[in-house]
Amino acid sequence: MNKIWLIVQREFLNRVQKKSFLIATILVPLIFPAIMGGMVWYMINQYENAKPEIVHVLDESGKFDFKNTKKFEFIIEKESLEKAKENYKNTKDFALLYVPNIDIAKPEGFTIFTKENPSIEKIGDLERLLADRIQDLKLEAYNIDKETLASLKTKVDFKQVNITETGEEKSSNSGIYYGLGFVLGILIYMFVLIYGIQIMQGVIDEKTSKIVEVIVSSVKPFQLMMGKIIGIASVGLLQFLIWILIITFVSSSVLSYFGLQMPQKQLTEQITKQMPDEVKEAQEVPNKKVNELLVNLSEIPFGKIAAVFVFYFLGGYLLYGALFAAVGSAVDSIQESQQFQFPITLPLLVAYMGLFLVILRDPHGTMSFWLSIIPLTSPVAMVGRIAFGVPTWELVLSMVLLVGGFIFTTWVAGRIYRVGILMSGTKVNYKVLAKWFMIKN
Amino acid sequence: MDALTAKGVIKRYTQHVALDDVSLTIPEQSIYGLLGPNGAGKTTFIRIVNQIINADAGEINIFGEKLSEKHIGVIGYLPEERGLYKKLKVGEQLLYLAQLKGLSRNEALARSKKWIEKFDIKDWWNKKVEDLSKGMAQKVQFISTVMHEPRLIILDEPFSGFDPVNAQLITEQILDLRKNGSTIIFSTHRMETVEDLCDHVALINKSKKIVEGTKKQIKDTYKNNTFSIEHKGSFSINGQYELVSQTKVEENYFHSIIRTPQLDTPNQLLQQLIGLTEVHAFVEKIPTMSEIFINLVKGKSDE
Repeated sequence: MNKIWLIVQREFLNRVQKKSFLIATILVPLIFPAIMGGMVWYMINQYENAKPEIVHVLDESGKFDFKNTKKFEFIIEKESLEKAKENYKNTKDFALLYVPNIDIAKPEGFTIFTKENPSIEKIGDLERLLADRIQDLKLEAYNIDKETLASLKTKVDFKQVNITETGEEKSSNSGIYYGLGFVLGILIYMFVLIYGIQIMQGVIDEKTSKIVEVIVSSVKPFQLMMGKIIGIASVGLLQFLIWILIITFVSSSVLSYFGLQMPQKQLTEQITKQMPDEVKEAQEVPNKKVNELLVNLSEIPFGKIAAVFVFYFLGGYLLYGALFAAVGSAVDSIQESQQFQFPITLPLLVAYMGLFLVILRDPHGTMSFWLSIIPLTSPVAMVGRIAFGVPTWELVLSMVLLVGGFIFTTWVAGRIYRVGILMSGTKVNYKVLAKWFMIKN
Repeated sequence: MDALTAKGVIKRYTQHVALDDVSLTIPEQSIYGLLGPNGAGKTTFIRIVNQIINADAGEINIFGEKLSEKHIGVIGYLPEERGLYKKLKVGEQLLYLAQLKGLSRNEALARSKKWIEKFDIKDWWNKKVEDLSKGMAQKVQFISTVMHEPRLIILDEPFSGFDPVNAQLITEQILDLRKNGSTIIFSTHRMETVEDLCDHVALINKSKKIVEGTKKQIKDTYKNNTFSIEHKGSFSINGQYELVSQTKVEENYFHSIIRTPQLDTPNQLLQQLIGLTEVHAFVEKIPTMSEIFINLVKGKSDE
């Protein structure tokens, strides 16, 4: 035990003392929002500064009135289609739009000629332009005015309430759960993979640098493996802790910058006081929505979710970490590890895809149930489901199986590891691994 | 007391037997050469002693006690394929390895300081291993092997890759360690090492022990009572002596090789020769370890 502790310490310090750890830990929580922000900024910028595309139009119907917009500038062609094509060909313009003489009830035969494949977005914009005009023409033809049309548009928004077993009513919001499940599931997937590969890398390094024989003359291979796994896990947990602190700090300072740290009610009152009555009325609806959202947020058991998340992170990490250690012990280089990595990452990938395709859409279905019970997929699947509310017995069953699962994989991995680390230069396949597994001590 | 005794050690792998009923006795404070061609089973034996793998059968005792986990700190092991953590600083590395052997942190610190002073490498303490030359790294490795003052030191090809100066330094340290009571096991094919340093030798070939004993015993066993003589004036000899060869070196000077019966002493032959020729040099041909080694291994593989 004492020696495992020494190894844990060493592995932990080796990683934490590196500059790259500090950089990764501080930058990662900043980098993703920064990239996303940067992209959005770029897109908006491009959108605003984009030059309008020049579109030649030949309108045989005469029903359309092409006015230049921010996105498009129209050149009206008056002669035949052949001539229009000829004109268009000699320019560098975006497209030639041909509008035949149409029947409003059945508008067909629009054609667009372009020189290269245009983006869906631009085509969509042009189509919408035409569709809007046809809709207006139809409204005219059916004698409907625009106000009537507007009043026809209807939106229904549920207030969601869960009735618990004890009869307590809780408001809920599937959207928030969806988002939460989405983010947590991806986080588990990423962390298990990233830290698992770190374990594998560490094992390969020890093997190729030949230090491993010296170490296993002092400690049991199993102790070395567990020390490494636990050491890296503690690096991961430390990283989490720092990230949570950073995020809490950043978000609270951002919120306080925008003055949102005040209780919502107070804020609303303050704003409404200063507003004229009509605005107040219009304002009340969204405010109610915001309030509801906040109530929903406050009713999500974040503590429980965080605890479940940490449990499944550790469980999933230990389960896969042991397998990654076994793979690392069997190969001589990271390249060689590819063939064994795939079958390990496959169930993780299944869980990841299941998260999007099944769990988030139907969190209480049979498929979701099994994905969150089977230990290989449960870490990703269960944290994806947890926000939607999972019956206690399912959670307990899944947790017990996960614990059993990682004990099992650790045992299997340990048997392969103890032989593998001393074997270099052997060609390893699954048969060899099975043989190593069977070798008695 | 013997430092290590092995009785009937057997280790089988699926396709072959790595050690077949091997028994060895390694006396305390000896320098013991474990010889054998590649793949003979030396490394397997050493790994069993280091408890990296377990034997299928047989018994190993260390200083009279059955080999167990508590002996980890008693043994110092320098594997043939050696290495250190490349990214770790020399000091941290030494402390870590010594602590794994069971030293407390403070002890480890004191000992490692002492050793790096002895090797005159104090400035390396904060250097990463990847920044050291190969020879430097080997010094560090040697220190890590003996730092916990093991009573039994196992060195697998310790001189491979050392330049003569460093090899000399390590040799001195090894002799010093022996003087202070340690027992040293060499696993090697380097016959000069064996001739110079070892007092006991065992030869393992094809998983089996072929010979074991002091160097003198083995040489006595395998010498074939031949003598090499340089002399002035040719002669012929008959009777119980066999003149194996007589070659002319230069004008009237010859070099002869004579085999005598087992029981004869060199003096009896010499007396005979004095009557026959003018003896300039007379030396018994004692086989080198290298010759014995090659003969035994070849003889076996010819079977």
